[in-house]
Amino acid sequence: MHYLFEPGLFSSGPVRTALLVGAVVAITSGVIGVFTVLRGQSFAGHSLADVATTGGAGAFLVGLNQFWGFLAAGVAAAAVMEGIGVQRRRGRDVATGVVLGAALGAAALFLYLGTLRTATTGASFTVLFGSIFVISQDTVPALVASGVVALLVVALLARVLLLTSVSPDLARARGVNVRLVGIAYLAALAVSVSLAAVAIGAVLSTALLIGPSATALRITKTPARAMAVSALGGLLATWLGIVLAYDSYYWPPHGHGWPVSFFVVALVLIGYLLSYVRPRAKRVPRSPHEGVECSPA
Amino acid sequence: MPLLTLDGIGVRLGGRQVLSDVTFSLEKGDFTGIIGPNGAGKTTLLRVILGLIEPSGGRMLVDGEPLHRKTLRNKNRAAIGYVPQKLVIDQDMPLRARDVVSLGLDGHRLGFGFPSRQRRELVDAALADVGADGYADARVGELSGGEQQRVLVAHALISRPKLLLLDEPLANLDLRSEQEIVTVLGKLAREHEISVLLSAHDMNPLLAVMDRIVYVANGQAASGPTDEVVTSEGLSKLYGHHVDVVRVHGRVLGVAAED
Repeated sequence: MHYLFEPGLFSSGPVRTALLVGAVVAITSGVIGVFTVLRGQSFAGHSLADVATTGGAGAFLVGLNQFWGFLAAGVAAAAVMEGIGVQRRRGRDVATGVVLGAALGAAALFLYLGTLRTATTGASFTVLFGSIFVISQDTVPALVASGVVALLVVALLARVLLLTSVSPDLARARGVNVRLVGIAYLAALAVSVSLAAVAIGAVLSTALLIGPSATALRITKTPARAMAVSALGGLLATWLGIVLAYDSYYWPPHGHGWPVSFFVVALVLIGYLLSYVRPRAKRVPRSPHEGVECSPA
Repeated sequence: MPLLTLDGIGVRLGGRQVLSDVTFSLEKGDFTGIIGPNGAGKTTLLRVILGLIEPSGGRMLVDGEPLHRKTLRNKNRAAIGYVPQKLVIDQDMPLRARDVVSLGLDGHRLGFGFPSRQRRELVDAALADVGADGYADARVGELSGGEQQRVLVAHALISRPKLLLLDEPLANLDLRSEQEIVTVLGKLAREHEISVLLSAHDMNPLLAVMDRIVYVANGQAASGPTDEVVTSEGLSKLYGHHVDVVRVHGRVLGVAAED
């Protein structure tokens, strides 16, 4: 018989680091993800994550911390996608698709070279599926700072991003440089995705970006509430995932914990499915003017 | 003095002359319709007035002063309210009607807009002006086309503009909603002395409230008071096609003859 929250859980250094980094990742992804969904850039977000794989694998090959690889590749990919035309409705999928294909090819090469050198699949697994329990202490400040910067950029642009989501033309008419706003947002998205890649892996980081946001957008009515619910939902999934993964050392096969990423992604999916169970908010009664006849004169 | 004067405005887009020598002026509180077939350049004309397209020739005067794209950007931005065409707000947009209207106040600024009593009162007043106060707290994506259109008019109205530009606000609306929006806009022009300039491909729903018509076709524009333009002779000349003007139940209708 054992308990989920064992006495040793919170005194373990790696677990505490994982909970801290997990919180930063969940909040950043949750808030930024709301705008990703609103702007219809989920595919771009996922592609940035896949491209981050290339950076992570490359960083591993040259002996750098993966986060810097994720970040460099993500920001570079955002720039190339912007150049090809990610902000034009028609160019969007093409731009992301082209960049994505090229990057994954390079990732395959880097990961292959990596296995030749170390004769282990550990690196591939870490890059692709995350390594939240083995984050080195000295990268934690950089992770936290990146998350804060990305959140600040989005907080600064929040109103403009909302207006642009309603209609880019409305924003342009008010003198907003829609393209510049789009570039700043894409950069913040790249940072957020890189953070999530560290925690739950490059290929799974989309789940934390899109899942809680999509769930929150289904059950809330205002942007502030959507961001709050999304951040909290992501946080809950991440923390619970960490605790379950720690606990899974006692699960079969004994002595081998299950990956954190699995739990986080599963919890995110459960949350999203539950939002369908809850009935949508009833419509507010119609306008009292609705029934009134209008004379043409 | 006219609120807005366009004098010999020409527009070239992608090497093609889209509009040439467009000349007309708007008085304060005037309700003006830009009428013309699809693709005639109505949207282009509105975008020129908004400062989103640089004209290739001619000049624009606001309150008698020459207007450049720069000054429009900086100074007159709030003086023009705008409702773009074919704007359908997504079901999943987490915005209530009042949030969309609030974005009209300061959606172009950096940072969050903190709720305040003053903001709430301004939003409520704008919603009441267009008769949308009954669904202020509804999710805007779940409103009907006509209701969304009212909310967008309130969004354009809240910055207290002198000029309201609407691009095809009656497209995709049923007859009842069409009438309601026209009535709301007519009231705004009359009671708030806001000049309303809207584009439409059909002039009939507007005849009751429209003071002036700017007719756009083949890259040219002609304008005149509604009473003068809407005669069999005037319309036939504009359309290049015989048009009868009939009066039914106190309403005026232009009816094109069959080919």
